[in-house]
Amino acid sequence: MSFTQRLGRTLRTPLGVVAMFAVFALLVVAIIGPIFWQDTADRVDTTAIGQRGSAEHWFGTDALGRDIAARMLVATRLTLELTLFATVIGAVGGFVLGTLPTVLGARAARLVTALVNLLIAFPTLLFVLFLAVVFGVGTYGAVLAIGIGIVPTFARLVQNLAASVAGADYVSAARILGVGRFRLIVRHILPNIAEPISLFLLQTGAGVLLAFSGLSFLGMGVQAPDYDWGRLLNEQLNRVYTHPESAVGPAVAIVLTGLAFNLVGEVLSQAGGRRGLRPTPDRDRRALAPTPAGTTSVTAAGGAGADDGEPAPLLDVDRLRVTFPGGHVAVRDVSLSVAPGEAVGIVGESGSGKSLTALAVAGLVPYPARVTARSITFDGVDPTANTGLGTSLAMVFQDPMASLNPALTIGRQLSEVAEVHLGHNRTQAMKRAVDRLRAVRIPDPEHRSGMHPGEFSGGMRQRTMIAMGLMGEPRLVIADEPTTALDVTVQAQVLALLRDVRETSGAAVLMISHDIAVVSQVCERVVVMYAGRVVEELPTSDLVTGTAHPYTRALIGAVPDMRTDRRLPLVTIPGRPPAPGEDTSGCPFAPRCEFATDRCRTEEPVLRGTDTRRRVACWHPVTTPAEEKTKSP
Amino acid sequence: MKSFTDTRHNPWVTFTLRRLGRLTVSLALLVTASFAMIHLVPGDPVRAALGLSASPELVEAREHALGLDRSLPDQFGSFLTRLLHGDLGESIGAQMPVADVISDRLPSTMQIAAIAFATTIVVAIPLGMAAGVLTRDGRRRRLELAFVGTTSVVAVFPEFLLAVGLVALFGAQLGWLPVALKEGPESYVLPVLALAIGPVAALSRIVRVETLRVLDEDYMRTARAKRLPTRILYLRHALPNLLTSSLTLGGLMLAGLLTGTVLVENVFAWPGLGMTMVQAITQKDYPLVQGIVLVYGTLALLINFAVDVLLAVTDPNSTIRES
Ligand code: SF4
Repeated sequence: MSFTQRLGRTLRTPLGVVAMFAVFALLVVAIIGPIFWQDTADRVDTTAIGQRGSAEHWFGTDALGRDIAARMLVATRLTLELTLFATVIGAVGGFVLGTLPTVLGARAARLVTALVNLLIAFPTLLFVLFLAVVFGVGTYGAVLAIGIGIVPTFARLVQNLAASVAGADYVSAARILGVGRFRLIVRHILPNIAEPISLFLLQTGAGVLLAFSGLSFLGMGVQAPDYDWGRLLNEQLNRVYTHPESAVGPAVAIVLTGLAFNLVGEVLSQAGGRRGLRPTPDRDRRALAPTPAGTTSVTAAGGAGADDGEPAPLLDVDRLRVTFPGGHVAVRDVSLSVAPGEAVGIVGESGSGKSLTALAVAGLVPYPARVTARSITFDGVDPTANTGLGTSLAMVFQDPMASLNPALTIGRQLSEVAEVHLGHNRTQAMKRAVDRLRAVRIPDPEHRSGMHPGEFSGGMRQRTMIAMGLMGEPRLVIADEPTTALDVTVQAQVLALLRDVRETSGAAVLMISHDIAVVSQVCERVVVMYAGRVVEELPTSDLVTGTAHPYTRALIGAVPDMRTDRRLPLVTIPGRPPAPGEDTSGCPFAPRCEFATDRCRTEEPVLRGTDTRRRVACWHPVTTPAEEKTKSP
Repeated sequence: MKSFTDTRHNPWVTFTLRRLGRLTVSLALLVTASFAMIHLVPGDPVRAALGLSASPELVEAREHALGLDRSLPDQFGSFLTRLLHGDLGESIGAQMPVADVISDRLPSTMQIAAIAFATTIVVAIPLGMAAGVLTRDGRRRRLELAFVGTTSVVAVFPEFLLAVGLVALFGAQLGWLPVALKEGPESYVLPVLALAIGPVAALSRIVRVETLRVLDEDYMRTARAKRLPTRILYLRHALPNLLTSSLTLGGLMLAGLLTGTVLVENVFAWPGLGMTMVQAITQKDYPLVQGIVLVYGTLALLINFAVDVLLAVTDPNSTIRES
């Protein structure tokens, strides 16, 4: 976007209007101020010396009876002029020093960079004061001092910008073509960095204004009989106790002008979309209408707990929905149950809603998303209420590198669970932590519990995560992609450990993975998710021969042999899943399905139980012995 | 198993050495510049300091006393030698050794700077963290707007205007606090506030962003999954992870805060180095200005060096990022 376009857009925002108006008003006052109020400002009135603010003299009068308000208006021009001069000096100096490294030879370039680095190490104020002494106290000295004082900061910025541009192809091309150095800067580099520099100039202008006022205030800038705002403040300071308004007036003028400059810079850079936009994927307006048809998409046949012979499920989720603001439904009416001690896997591509389902069950869905469900029960309570759950539900997250706190020792991260939930004291809790680390086969756990996660290998970290879950007495372990970040051998170890944990603790496992092969190594039952829905559910033993949904088929087809390298991306199914918020009427898999018919594209298939252990949502399930059953009522 | 910290050469030792080199060069530049200052000032510094009425003999005698009649390399040499012995020359105005003036005034400046720095850290970190926790994941948009708006406005206020505002409000209007001179503990309040308000705004703003970053980390989700009490969640799991970066940025503000005393002291007539410096400049007492520039500059360089090295020790990754 060009600068003019940006300017135009800025003028349409309320903040932009305010900022622009403020600058415009300042310019007008600067131009007409001395013309209209010069006489008033200079008129010495011995009858009105040191008066308070009144209707006649807004900010009172000074020691010679001159009107302070008029003097402020007149001083606007000088204040802005000096600001402008100093900024120009700083900008030109900074620009020259900043672009030099780009066009000089390597050695000279390094020298210039080193010089800038050296100068920038000193606080600007100190540098300016030093220069002010060298150039002599007074207006010109102050302009030079501040102008040169900001050169290092400016040079650093230009240097960084120019370096990024100088690496660009067109600059190299120009260089090869023998474009002269000066021309290179003016024609090729300057236009490309003009915009960020002009924004920075506005901020610098604000800084210069404040610095100049500071110098004048110290009596080192503008000298009587001239006056800028800082000088006025200096003259009125000793009256601040008696007539604060006469000192506050110039101070407010300085602050407001500084703010106006900053505001314009801010607004301009915002209009360009430089910042302020949060990358939330859920702002999609297209998804405003969640289909009411979704409510009918689950039949009672699939619901667990209807069968009398089976034990009450440990986890029972009925029509779980995760909705983002804006209407995107990431998880759509998912029903799911896990029996005590059972291992169930949820498989799907990224974006299928499988991880959100797991997080929802644990009550950990990130903020703007909303979780609704007809019911969620875990071990008799609602886990999303986040109370009374204790340690019966343990989570093992993917990427153990990021999931362990780098600032705390391993032992501490484990023991706090026992302290908080089991009422252990520190020693007991630490003992249990060491014991659990040993249980997940961390070598030398006494020593290692004192280490930080950074000192652990990836596999050890993932085992630590599992040990963390074992600190309490978990009845369900939810493992979200527990092996994704690990190499094959370590993957196998972690999977073996999970199986082991299940056997020894009797806990149920809910395992989330994009990898059907990983899931099938641990779980008895697999739930396949696509675009936020459950599309098929079946026993692991049926995976090879008994899949009915074309998507599951494709998933398995993508893993020709269950023992192939699992690090390879699983999905080689042509096409892509619907984007978040993309409107899918009919079967969400239809665009990628080789069996799709017109019906598939208009009507969403419902999830039906094909027998007590299997469910599928497809109008044309692939031929298997189970096929007839879908047609029966 | 090989420990993570075992690298072939320790990167932060190299880093510290390099920084030490840069510090040395900066100090050399500072010393040279402060020496050169007295020769760069327009006109005759001694004449300017003594006034037009001073007799030529007096000027000459003073020039001789200051060594200004000798050759430049000669002067620089003796300047360095005296510097090594802690001798900063003789103040023209005060008629006493510059070193004595400085050691008399420096403590007052260091006191308000140190208290202001401590205040900044103690206030800004909890404030920024609270703001971060309250506005996490885009909650409470209006509070976020108010916080970011207020802090960014306050952060651009220069210290001396804050100081004037504080004097007008607390000293003149309300009459609660002393507004000038160093007399008793209450007299510290306003100078410290004037110095600290800007850094508090700037730092708390950064701490809030840091807090948001940390709260977004996977390990915070792990901590939530453990169903820890809120207090443990934020104080034990989040705080240590944002402390290093927050303290570093706070440390980088310390040098600016120190030089900010120049302006603030002049508002409050605080008998510190800053007020002395401005007096010395207006009185053209160049040896004194020279000495004070050296002290301020050295302090600023040392602070930045210390912060850099501390950061390198506590967070080795940042060292690698830098090089
Ligand atoms: S419903 Fe149709 S489009 Fe969807 S999976 Fe079945 S056959 Fe394919």
